[in-house]
Amino acid sequence: MADTGHGADAALRIKALESLLVEKQLIDPKALDAVVELYEHKIGPRNGAKVVARAWVDPDYRKRLLADGTAAIAELGFSGVQGEDMIVVENTPEVHNMVVCTLCSCYPWPTLGLPPVWYKAAPYRARSVIDPRGVLAEFGVEVPETVEVRVWDSNAELRYLVLPMRPAGTEGMTEEQLAALVTRDSMIGTGVPMAA
Amino acid sequence: MNGVHDLGGTHGHGPINPEPDEPVFHADWEKRVFGMFFATFAAGMLNVDEFRYAIERMPQQDYLRTSYYEHWLHVFETLLAEKGIVTHEELRARCDQLAKEAA
Repeated sequence: MADTGHGADAALRIKALESLLVEKQLIDPKALDAVVELYEHKIGPRNGAKVVARAWVDPDYRKRLLADGTAAIAELGFSGVQGEDMIVVENTPEVHNMVVCTLCSCYPWPTLGLPPVWYKAAPYRARSVIDPRGVLAEFGVEVPETVEVRVWDSNAELRYLVLPMRPAGTEGMTEEQLAALVTRDSMIGTGVPMAA
Repeated sequence: MNGVHDLGGTHGHGPINPEPDEPVFHADWEKRVFGMFFATFAAGMLNVDEFRYAIERMPQQDYLRTSYYEHWLHVFETLLAEKGIVTHEELRARCDQLAKEAA
């Protein structure tokens, strides 16, 4: 995939477009700066990690999260653009879930932030639905043959978040310590949480 | 629409190559393209469905050759021209002017 091949050309084109729209007084560049700042520094996978850690320590919250993901995630203050309709899928000793968007790059922004390049690029989108175990192996995740792998294909309205299994040996940990173990990839399903 | 964007199950795209400690944006121009979505949406120039459909209408070879934020840039150029807000001629002229100033 050409990630940067047309970078210089693209830089010029977006500069031209922005300058024309500003001249026409159709957009405010400061509002644009604010959005970039928000998604670069404020909204990211640490949000989703808090949701996961809460579900690990609070069985009632876990139940609410699996029954109505959107509402339970909003309880922790995470909602909005690209998170309007959330479904949380739970990993168990029998089932491993992973999330893809084959058509586009749909991703739960309020809980995970903006998606990494690989999630948006052709290889992952193409292969997840025909060779999920091969894809997982590429991420260093070995799922035993006895465990079912479920692949969830996102769409324009619906976004998925994986609730990974709580690592062994974490019984004495606080919610905050647990959240630190939750990686972005463990909530996409292409990883597992860090060991305690 | 069964265009090139419908990638699920297709072969031949190579390895996934996740980037360790990947930054949110890889270049400043990506930030401006990202922010432009909210700016044009807030100004009522486009909606999310038009946005997605404009990506799906990209010529196949361009879709596969270019990156995510280049797809977005293509959307703005396409939709704003179709709606008569910024024409391709205006854009080309401004690109030429900016390139000259930078030279």
